[in-house]
Amino acid sequence: MKYLSKLQQVLETGNFAVTAEIGPPKHASAEGVRHHAHMMKDYVDATNITDCQTAIVRISSIATGVHVMDCGIEPIVQMTCRDRNRIAMQADMLGAYSLGMRNLLCLSGDHQKFGNHPTSKNVYDVDSMQLIYLVKRMRDEKKFFSGEEIKEHEPQFFIGAVANPFADPFEFRVDRLEKKVEAGAQFIQTQCIFDMERFERFMEMVRERGLHERTHILAGVTPLKSWRGAKYMQSNVSGMIVPEEIVQRLKSAEDPKKEGVDLCIEQINYIKDNIKGVHGVHVMAIAWEEIIPEIVQRCGLYPRPKFED
Amino acid sequence: MIVAQQKPLQEIADMVSDCKKVLLVGCAGCVTVCLSGGEKETEVMSSALRIKRRLEENPLTTVTFTATRQCDPEYIAEMDEMVKDVDAIISLACGVGVQYVAERYSDKWVVPALNTNFIGGSTVHGIWEEKCGLCGDCVLHKTGGICPIIRCSKSILNGPCGGSQYGKCEISKDTDCAWALIYERMKTLGKLNKLMEIQPPKDWSTSRDGGPRRATREDVIIG
Ligand code: SF4
Repeated sequence: MKYLSKLQQVLETGNFAVTAEIGPPKHASAEGVRHHAHMMKDYVDATNITDCQTAIVRISSIATGVHVMDCGIEPIVQMTCRDRNRIAMQADMLGAYSLGMRNLLCLSGDHQKFGNHPTSKNVYDVDSMQLIYLVKRMRDEKKFFSGEEIKEHEPQFFIGAVANPFADPFEFRVDRLEKKVEAGAQFIQTQCIFDMERFERFMEMVRERGLHERTHILAGVTPLKSWRGAKYMQSNVSGMIVPEEIVQRLKSAEDPKKEGVDLCIEQINYIKDNIKGVHGVHVMAIAWEEIIPEIVQRCGLYPRPKFED
Repeated sequence: MIVAQQKPLQEIADMVSDCKKVLLVGCAGCVTVCLSGGEKETEVMSSALRIKRRLEENPLTTVTFTATRQCDPEYIAEMDEMVKDVDAIISLACGVGVQYVAERYSDKWVVPALNTNFIGGSTVHGIWEEKCGLCGDCVLHKTGGICPIIRCSKSILNGPCGGSQYGKCEISKDTDCAWALIYERMKTLGKLNKLMEIQPPKDWSTSRDGGPRRATREDVIIG
């Protein structure tokens, strides 16, 4: 079998995958990105490159992807529907593929209201569901979004999407995941899990419908640095659930950072050992990339599988 | 209806700062209903401008008129005489009315007193909400009578996105998530299975993206 990307190979050969996230900087130097990439290189199978996350201008995900690849990590290019119409999206996809990028994660994108350009116009020409379907059609049927034939060298991406078990309406979250799988999502990364009980209920429904056999679900986790960070997410980030006991646990900890890492490791181990149907973990160490090696190692997920090219 | 709101008085005053006599034109259509540009608001604005200018020792003369509809040349024509000796016309209509007035009186300085916000209606007295995105290809039959094009902050056709929580949109706790409403309504109607269909990308050419639009009805064209 020929794999579209290393991430696909890791997942389809039955490994528990590890992906991380690199947030590009708000300036024009990739030094930090490269530093983080070098550091986590041996500890992850691929890393997401966020696309102007929280609607803040940063180095573009594809340009950052070049740096990350150069450092030896396979990028997962995030593509939001917020900033580009279908013409610009496809142009960027062709470009990303030509540069060697093979994983594409399709998502709606945060509304610009809370970013650093709240007076800008948003696009949303296509939504994330449509984007998944169109990227798949590009690959499998060699067609541009318009239906026009791509004569040669169609981009063949391993297609990812996101799912948020903590958003509402809860019952519809699995339906929407199913729609994404129908549309062509081959892997799914979830929103950061803090409410484990809710995630388990979500996965139960996923398994009932056999969705875990049709797509690879990577559970999203985030190591917390402080109780303030936890509190902030609890009250200010829509579509996020942070149980109060987590806030309290960090608050009463002697070394909150260590507690945050311990908690994250507990979560990963719990998911890995107890929740069936999860095929990997997506560690979003926001502004704390250097902690990735420790987390991966302590979870017994190191070394990562290696394949011949 | 079209919902519009008045610009700050200072902004309107600045537009006519070099004029000695102005005509304020209200409209008895939508802007009367949304309390921003009807006869009453036109009179109030006229006095406010006069008082302001008197205090600035630069008196302004005003005349007022309220058209049945400013989006109809026939009703604007009624003010042909009044327009003659004024330096500017302040229209309290929506953007359509302002343009009809400007078109008819091509040698006059015509300025807008309102910001045209959206098409929608009032929920309770004093609060209006946007309801239709004017996309030119209605999808309300697929979404339980709730418009995702304009009521979803991201115009998502396969919602709700991951920012929807407790029935509210990620942009504000004061904004209902359109897709939460759609979900509830479809559930009540026993039609949730319809939401499992993947809605294809929208053809935006019927919207503003296709260029300025025009509607033609051959059967009613006279002459
Ligand atoms: S929260 Fe609801 S209304 Fe807001 S962007 Fe998402 S789907 Fe649309």
